This record gives sequence, C-alpha cells and structure tokens, in this order.
Amino acid sequence: MSFLANLFAKRNSAPVARDRLQILLAHERSAGEGHSDLLAKLHQEILEVIARHVAVDQDKVQVKLDRGSGCSLLEIDVEVPQLGSAKSRDADKRDA
Amino acid sequence: MAKVLVVTSGKGGVGKTTSTAALGAALAQSGQNVVVVDFDVGLRNLDLVMGAERRVVFDLVNVIQGDAKLSQALIRDKRVETLSILPASQTRDKDALTAEGVAAVMEELREKFDWVICDSPAGIERGAQLAMYHADVAVVVTNPEVSSVRDSDRIIGMLDSTTEKAKKGEKIDKHLILTRYDPARAARGEMLRTEDVLEILSIPLLGIVPESEEVLRASNVGAPVTISNPQSAPARAYFDAARRLQGEKLDVSVPTEKKGLFDWLFKRSVA
Repeated sequence: MSFLANLFAKRNSAPVARDRLQILLAHERSAGEGHSDLLAKLHQEILEVIARHVAVDQDKVQVKLDRGSGCSLLEIDVEVPQLGSAKSRDADKRDA
Repeated sequence: MAKVLVVTSGKGGVGKTTSTAALGAALAQSGQNVVVVDFDVGLRNLDLVMGAERRVVFDLVNVIQGDAKLSQALIRDKRVETLSILPASQTRDKDALTAEGVAAVMEELREKFDWVICDSPAGIERGAQLAMYHADVAVVVTNPEVSSVRDSDRIIGMLDSTTEKAKKGEKIDKHLILTRYDPARAARGEMLRTEDVLEILSIPLLGIVPESEEVLRASNVGAPVTISNPQSAPARAYFDAARRLQGEKLDVSVPTEKKGLFDWLFKRSVA
C-alpha cells in the first residue's frame, strides 16, 4: 500500500508546482509596489544598529529568508567577536 | 485598422517563433494581410522557421538605419501571398534598434498590413521592450512548467507598465497560448493543468497547443505548422487561435491527432 501511496505522491507533482508558483508570484507581484526591498532594508538597518556597537565582519553574517504564503521569516545570524574571551553568537530574528 | 501584436514570453525556447510563424500564417491563410517581424537582433530565426532564410537581403536594422527601403526588406512568402516577413539582422549590435527607428517602421507597417506580428526576443531587456512597445495585442506564450509561468507573469507586468498603451493609460489586450501541453500528463497530476496556469496568470486563453512532433517537422522543412500540416493538432490549435484573435468566440479545447479521420479533417480545413 505504501508503495502505491509513494507512486501516487510522486505522480502528483503538479499541485506542488501550482502552490509554489502562487506563493512566489504573490511575493514578486507585491515587489513591484514598493515592498520590494522591505526585507533587504530590514536586513541592512538591523546590521547598522549592531555595527554601531560591535565590529561586524560581513563574512560572518548569515542571512536566511523563508517566504511563506502568510508570513516571511528573516533570520540574521551575526557573529560578534567578544571581549577577549571565546566567540559567542548573537542571533536576531524578525518577522516581516 | 491595423493591429500590432507582440508574441512574447520572457523565457526562451517556449515557442515564440513557432507561434509567431503559425499565427501569422494562419491569419494570412484566412485572407488577412500579415507581416511577421523578427525583433531578435543578433539571433534571428524567424526567417529560418518560415523557410525564407535564403532570400534575406535587407533587414529591420537596415531599414531603421536608412540603408534600405521597407519594401526592399520585406520578403513575400511563396506559399501564402498575403504573408510577408521582415527579418532581424545578424549584427551583434543590439543598440542598432532605436526607439524612434522602430516607431517609424511600425507606423509604415501599420499602413501596409492588417496585422503586424512582432516576434520578441527572450528576456526582459531592450529588444523585448522594443518588440512590445507598440503592441495593441499581446500573445504570451507559456509552457506548463514553473519557470515559464513565472517569467510570463513578469512579462505580463511589463506589458501593463512599459508599453505605449500602458503609458497612455490604456489597456493592452493580453492572451495566453499554452504550448507543449500534454493533456494525459496533466490529468495524471504530473503537469500543471490549463486551469492552474490560467488561475495564476489570469489572462484569457487563446489556445492550447499540444506537444507534437509536427512542430519540429515544420521547422525542419521551414514552414509554419499551419502550412506544413494544416490538419495536425498544433495547426488546428493555431487556426482556432487566429479566429479568436479576429473576434470569433470559440470554446478552447486541446486538439488531438485524429488518425483515420483525415478525409473528414481535410474537408473541414478546406471549407
């Protein structure tokens, strides 16, 4: 039975394609109306705030973005060099 | 009143040139005066698909730069006398197309023909923008495949914002041609269905062209598919699309090859 279920799941890739497109295009269409760089702006400004207090090495900043249909998750992971001691990390998560 | 129609898609390889040739020929076969214009400067192919590659003397860029008269650059099709082609140049200089030059040529073509069909290059750059700028009607060619649908969405956005009509606050008529469609795979859930694509792009459907070996055969021999095999499924899809462009209301279906019914089909297409 699970073999059949697998077969069926494999076959039905078209609904996945449709859902992926709908989410993507919803984002791309709103991009034309000024929201375009909201996430980019957030990313930039958050980093500016952090940079005011600590030296930020751009190579040690990881940005992850997950665009969903209802909300998007912007995850900025900044490695902050600590005062003499071992490196610690400071994570900054925002919803947009 | 002449109509300028752009065949566009964003993505390459989805069937713009095939559709330009087939729609142009289908309109001409119904008695309309048609010119197909290749805007793909540097990578011209419409001449080859139309079987006119050995007759190209002058091209669009020559006309724009004043090296040739429009009438010298137009190539009359040997099979359908109301069909002409204006080839693109093979020069690498994409800047050879100027906005004013294109405008002047389009104006002259509007006077001579009922339909001016512009074959857009792939992409969203200058060439594609110039090809769509003067259009009254747009045909967006899309494959039932995610990257093609995404690019079509982008092109639809451009049609609504960067064309002359859009800038004047008018609406440009947009239609969808779905190519390389396989109804059996769509029914099995392996391929985006027509309804899926229509729901996502929300523009009216002009035709569904099924995946068919006839399309390659037609380009092999240098004839639009509506000329090389008028009874074939893709040809019938394009004939119906051409009738819809002329305002006829026809239900859209996926034409299928009907072997054994050739006599009936032959009679039907001649009538």
